[in-house]
Amino acid sequence: MEKWASNKAWFLVLPVFVIVAFSAILPLMTVVNYSVQDIFGPGQSVFVGTEFFKQVLADSRLHEALLRQFLFSALVLLIEIPLGVLIALAMPRKGVWVSACLVTLALPLLIPWNVIGTIWIIFTRPDIGLLGSTINHLGLAFDHTASPMDAWVTVMLMEVWHWTPLVVLLAYAGLRSIPEAYYQAAKIDGASSWAIFRYIQLPKMRGVLTIAVLLRFMDSFLIYAEPFVLTGGGPGNATTFLSIYLVKIALGQFDLGPAAAFSIIYFLIILLFSFIFYQALQNVGKGGRS
Amino acid sequence: MGLTLQNLDKTVGRQIHLKDIQLEFETGSRNIILGRTLSGKTSLLRIIAGLDHPSRGRIIMDGKDVTGVSVRKRNIAMVYQQFINYPSLTIYDNIASPLKMSGLSRNEIDGRVRAAAEMLHLEKLLGRLPAELSGGQQQRTAIARALVKDAALLLLDEPLVNLDYKLREELRVELQEIFNKRDSIVIYTTTEPTEALMFGGNIVVLDEGRVLQTGPTPQVYHHPATLKVAEVFSDPPINYLKAGIDKGVLQLGDNIRVPLNGRYSSLSPGKYVVGIRSNHLCLSRRHEKDTEFKARVELSEINGSETFTHLKYGETALVVQDEGVFPHKIGTEISVYVSPDAFFIYDEAGVLKASPGAGQRS
Repeated sequence: MEKWASNKAWFLVLPVFVIVAFSAILPLMTVVNYSVQDIFGPGQSVFVGTEFFKQVLADSRLHEALLRQFLFSALVLLIEIPLGVLIALAMPRKGVWVSACLVTLALPLLIPWNVIGTIWIIFTRPDIGLLGSTINHLGLAFDHTASPMDAWVTVMLMEVWHWTPLVVLLAYAGLRSIPEAYYQAAKIDGASSWAIFRYIQLPKMRGVLTIAVLLRFMDSFLIYAEPFVLTGGGPGNATTFLSIYLVKIALGQFDLGPAAAFSIIYFLIILLFSFIFYQALQNVGKGGRS
Repeated sequence: MGLTLQNLDKTVGRQIHLKDIQLEFETGSRNIILGRTLSGKTSLLRIIAGLDHPSRGRIIMDGKDVTGVSVRKRNIAMVYQQFINYPSLTIYDNIASPLKMSGLSRNEIDGRVRAAAEMLHLEKLLGRLPAELSGGQQQRTAIARALVKDAALLLLDEPLVNLDYKLREELRVELQEIFNKRDSIVIYTTTEPTEALMFGGNIVVLDEGRVLQTGPTPQVYHHPATLKVAEVFSDPPINYLKAGIDKGVLQLGDNIRVPLNGRYSSLSPGKYVVGIRSNHLCLSRRHEKDTEFKARVELSEINGSETFTHLKYGETALVVQDEGVFPHKIGTEISVYVSPDAFFIYDEAGVLKASPGAGQRS
């Protein structure tokens, strides 16, 4: 009886298994397949083992792109998470302004990613862009197509503008779920607003902030469309992030083998760091006696 | 000395939350605020704590007007319905948190935290986090946090409501012992008459934002001044019957006739409303003077050794609470007995004219 029941359960899980296989596992296996074989044409391939991996890992341009990518993701997390929490704290807790704030904040999230890049190209143009020409009129030379620094600033600004609202929405939801009685109890204890933040709001936001950090890390580490539209990876290689470089190898040079090896390394890096962040955020500030 | 509330009003928009509250709480007293949900109990506690400001009136603490003084500067402690503790701090640090602001020495804090923890049986849990404890232990932590401070005013807003029955009984007994050892004013709100009776002390019966009656708890229970008080302070709700007195005989409902004697004999003829607590009605004759009448069974709730029988007598709904198991079928007609001296007799305006008094069988 029991065995029959568990077999039936497997049968019910099967459709999902098939979908996941076709959408995730099979493509991933194809990539693995590409990464260990040199393919010349249909039916013509040579097994090369880890050669592509060695080649990719020795590529100094990839090292640069990886470093750039880490710097970018680190900046994104360091700016967007605290900024998002600050904005969420400053938002009204009730009244008509709540929905006004939420809708305004959500607007950047509703715009297609390639359009975001176009918006910022125009916005930062030194001649007609609102931001670009304002800065240039202030006497500061600003051109994201010429100066690597300006390109970075523009990409960061665009990224912060685009994605901080997501952090705000998550943090705001976390704050709203704290019962009023917690604040009253803290007031009766004589707690300062810093103590209320540190010992009530922050711990109560742990769950949503974990999600925010993971989402922002993964997303920023995979960033492609916005810098591709805005700078195309330039000037020089200044904003060539990992995914842009990957596409250059795969489609620009049609080196599918090294690109596949690169993809697998890319995937493992994201997996590893997501795991580290998750573990760290689950345990931070717990159990320690102050 | 103590706490005095003078003419407190609280209105929010056009809603009246509290109306003309005048109360005095003496230092060292145990006070119960009894009222149904939305009667204004929590609003009143919040104003006493200073978390809310009254729309009108003054709060005097030990002779000083503290109406406008901020919560942070008042010497109070409060326990909530929900289990409120700092989620990321250990039980030890949670209990110590109200003391951290006070500038006491480390040793002094440690001593007081351990004493409070011992009182509430939390000694072995001091290193844990609130989320790792059961609901009862979390509320014990919240109570320990309130006690550790030695506040002049200890407010408890239905603290046992979210606990299961067993834990509630246990904590109720312990809390009484703890309160008796302190000289702060304790104000404890509840919706349950039984809980109020167990705590004793003084009671404030609150309904729709108004104080209905105050006094020592047993006295108010035995002499509820109005029908409304009798209703709030009886569980299950008190039974009402329209009644009339004529020639020394009390006529209840359509055809229950009880000769008046003792404390009731001085009542003048006229129309009345009679309240009978459900535990004063029986399903079997206890005394030869008991009056018998017939009523139809609507529902039998058997609660272990007790039965709550819901009846219909004419158009009137009655509840009988009796020891024993009586699985009567719905719709059967059964005999109900009422003792001739268990009546709360109110005039037509709902003011108490005569009551059974204490010392009645219950």
